[in-house]
Order: sequence, then C-alpha cells, then structure tokens
Amino acid sequence: MMSEEIIKDVIVGEQEDYLINLGPQHPSTHGVLRLEVCLKGETVKYLNPHIGYIHRGIEKMCEALTYQQIIHLTDRMDYLSAHINNEAVSMIVEDALQVEVPERVKYIRTILDELNRIASHQLWWCAFGMDLGALTTFFYGLRDREHILDIFEESFGSRLLHSFVCPGGLMHDVHPNFQKRTKEFIKYFRTKLPEYDQLLTGNIIFQNRSKGIGYMSRETAIGYGVTGPSGRGSGFSCDVRKIAPYGAYDKVRFNEILETEGDVFARYKVRMAEMHESLSIIEQLIDNIPEGDFTAKMKPIIKLPAGEYFRRVETARGELAVYVVSDGNKTPYRMKFRTPNFSNLFVMNEIASGYKIADLIAISGSLDLVIPDIDR
Amino acid sequence: MGVKIKSMDYEDFGDNESLELLKTSGNNFFLTSIDNLLNWGRSNSVWPLTFATSCCGIEMMAAGASRHDFARFGIEVYRASPRQADVIVVAGTIVHKMVPVLKRLYDQMPDPKYVIAMGACAISGGPFFYNSYSVVRGVDHVIPVDVYIPGCPPRPEALLYGVMQLQRKIKGESFTNPADQKDRLL
Repeated sequence: MMSEEIIKDVIVGEQEDYLINLGPQHPSTHGVLRLEVCLKGETVKYLNPHIGYIHRGIEKMCEALTYQQIIHLTDRMDYLSAHINNEAVSMIVEDALQVEVPERVKYIRTILDELNRIASHQLWWCAFGMDLGALTTFFYGLRDREHILDIFEESFGSRLLHSFVCPGGLMHDVHPNFQKRTKEFIKYFRTKLPEYDQLLTGNIIFQNRSKGIGYMSRETAIGYGVTGPSGRGSGFSCDVRKIAPYGAYDKVRFNEILETEGDVFARYKVRMAEMHESLSIIEQLIDNIPEGDFTAKMKPIIKLPAGEYFRRVETARGELAVYVVSDGNKTPYRMKFRTPNFSNLFVMNEIASGYKIADLIAISGSLDLVIPDIDR
Repeated sequence: MGVKIKSMDYEDFGDNESLELLKTSGNNFFLTSIDNLLNWGRSNSVWPLTFATSCCGIEMMAAGASRHDFARFGIEVYRASPRQADVIVVAGTIVHKMVPVLKRLYDQMPDPKYVIAMGACAISGGPFFYNSYSVVRGVDHVIPVDVYIPGCPPRPEALLYGVMQLQRKIKGESFTNPADQKDRLL
C-alpha cells in the first residue's frame, strides 16, 4: 500500500500539471514570444502567451512625430509587409486631406503590395518547413525571395525596409527596369512554385504532421478576429482587398482563397494558393502602369484637420487597421494600430489545447506570427 | 581630399593593419605557436546563437541562406542553445523586458564568447533612440560588444564583413595574455 503511493508520486505529469516555458528565446517562436504552456503528460492543457519582449512603444512615439516620420516606424512593425504598412498610413493622410493620388501611384503601390506578399509568404514557407524538420525549404524559399529583393533594391535602394510609399504617392519613381524585372520574376517564379509543392506539400511526413491538428472553426476565427490567411483557412471571408478595395484592387480580377477545413494544412494551402493569386494580380497590372507623376502635390508640412480617421488594409498576415485622432496639429493626438498578429496569437490557446506539444510548433508556425507586430 | 577630421589624417582611414599589431605580445615562440593554432581553430568555426528579436533577424537568415552562404566563413550552423554557441549576434531591438533574458543567455555561453551588435537598434537604439520609453539605447549597456555592424537593417554582405572583422579580432588574441581576457569580465 505504502509503496504504491510512493510510485504514484514520482510519475511526473500523471497527477499534476507540468508548466513549461517556451521562449522568449526559442527558434520556433520566430522571435521573442514566450508561451507558458501547461502540459498534462505530453498533451497541452492550456497555454498562456506572454508578450512585450519587443515592445518598443511605437504608438506612443507616433504622437511626437509628423506623418512623414511615422512611415518609417510602420516599416518596423510588420517588417515582412513593410510596403503595406506604409500604404495604410499614407492612405489615411490622403483620405483626411482629400488628396487624389495619381493612377500610376495606385498601380505601383498595388504591385509592390503583392510582391511584398509573395516575399512574405515565401519566408513563411521556409520557416514553416524548418519548424517541421524540412531544412531544404529554407534554402529553396530564400533563393527565390532574393529575386524579389533584387527588384526592391534596384528601385528603392534597400532590401527589407523601404519606406518607399509616402503620403501623397511614392518617394521617387521606380527604376526603368522595374517592369522588365518584375515580368522576369513572374516567369521565373511560375516555374518554381510547382517545385515547392513537390518538395513539401506532397510529403507524407509533412501531411501527417499538419493535417487534422490545430482545428479552428469559423466561429472561433470570427470570435477572436483572426484575419488573413489564418482566418481564411477556416472559411472566414475577410479579405480587405475584396471587401473594401483600395489602390488598384478594384481594377483586377482575383479570387479570395477560402478553405473550410480549418486545420494547419488548410492554412498552408491558403498561403500557397495566395502566391499564385498574387502573381496573377501583378501580371494584370504590370503592363498597364499608366504614365504620370509619382506623387500628388503635397504641402511640406502635413496637418490633418481635427477629427478621427480610420483605414484598413490587407497585409500578408491579415487586416491592419489604423486609427488616428487628430487635433489639427502636425502630429497625431493618438495613433492606434490594430495589427493582425495580435489577434492571431491569442487564438492559439483555443486551437492548441488538447493537442500534443510537438503539434504546438506546427500550429504556431501555421499562424505565421511576426512578434514585433504584436508588441509594436 | 574627402573626409577631414582634426588630428586624423585621411590616409589613416584606410589603415587596416592596427588590429594585427595588437598581436605583438612579447610571448615566447612556443606559446605564440599555440596561440596561432588555437586562434586558427576558433576563428574558423564561430557558431552563432539563434537569437533574433526583430527585422535584422530576417537579414541574418538571408545571410545564412543560398545566395550569401554564411558557411563559407565557418559560421556553420545556428545553435539553438547558448551552451553550444561561440558568438551571439544581437539582431534587433533590445527592450527593458528582454534585458535579463539577454544577459542570462550571454552568461550561459561558454568562454571564449563574442558579441556582434547587428543593426542600428543594437548599437544605439536606432530609430527608437528618441521618445521611446522601453528601448535600451545600445546593447553595450548590457553585454560587451566586439563588432558593431551599422545599418537598418544591415545587408547580409555587411554581416559577412562584420564576421570577418570578428575573425581578425580572434586571430589577434592570446590565451596566455590575461589582458586579452580583461574586457570579458563584466
């Protein structure tokens, strides 16, 4: 009797919960996210995300900066969708001042958005494959990503954070080679995308590790505000490009990718299909870029009229909404960013509970989190 | 004649020899030979820790990938554990909440250990130098830095150059000379 009790006590995880820390420095959290995971045996009972390890106070800093300066900070939030973040702030200024930007600007902005989206999804594909043990994806994905970065570099002089889109239009005109190189890239990447599928999508180990785990229902996605490819993997139609078109999205035809399974593999499929879709959007626009100015006429000092302004765009990870309260000065009174990753992170407790700890890595990878975007 | 700084000749900017001059330690031939052998081994297998807080981490990944092949310089594998790492590349902003974690990671690394501050944020706070209430203005407030790589974010080539500078620094070290170890005691 006595010995039985002793044996009972030493089996770890049988009687009591086991609390472990994942992060803040952990390769699979893609940054400095800390997950406090409660385990029962090997099964995740609940998890508690701790954020703030890269909280830089961007929203507060914005209150002391002019609108042109804020552009540079938005780059550093979701650094994989730098163009799209810039565009959100630029459009809010244009809305407030009722500036009509030239058609050329709209076209170029939309092309850049989609190029950025492809680059972001490529990087996600590399990292996701690496999380699940397929190291080769890292080299294949980043090889193709360099082609996009070459296009960026030629036109804007930098690879990752461009600050190229500014209130009123663009910083300067794109490089004369821009059209040619983008078309070359579309042709090149069309041949490489099937390679991605051959390498990872059909892999039986990968499928076993991603199918049927991390199930997120449509109600959960809507309830937590999970947008972007993560939400669309659950059948939540939330593409801002379709719902409220901006830029040149009303001039192109594209499908909103929806999957209804809601598991990790569905979210994977959405992102893979979005790369095809982005290519076709670029293809429709790249030959029809109208001639004209690269910027509208703007005053050097931008003062927004007093009031509240709101704008939302679709970044590579979901819906980015910007809310500005202006009191008529050249700096905003309050600037609020509704970033997609913040909502996408906190659904993790809901969708990872009940699965094994090894699946947690796949689930967090499938949400495609960028941590500085959560903490801002 | 280009840049002019008081008390520094223009030619001195191109001075690339001073680091190697540090090596004249006055040790005997036998110990210097051991130093040379150790430094050869150490400098050509600097393994970094997978430590990236923000945007610079993406460029660090790009440096390790197909086009800019990190492994050519002996930066072979990214280690997930600080116990196996030789160099910590601080890629990204360090905020006050992260400081204890960074310090612990640095303390857990075995000697000899090196630090590369990659990007403006790690050097001085960068774009968050003014008005931010949470950013540490430079990682050298926390841990001693060997090489600074400017840029926001630095290009992968810049990181490669920084790593080569670190290798030069390692080659000038002497394990018998306690003065070399002095700055490691924080």
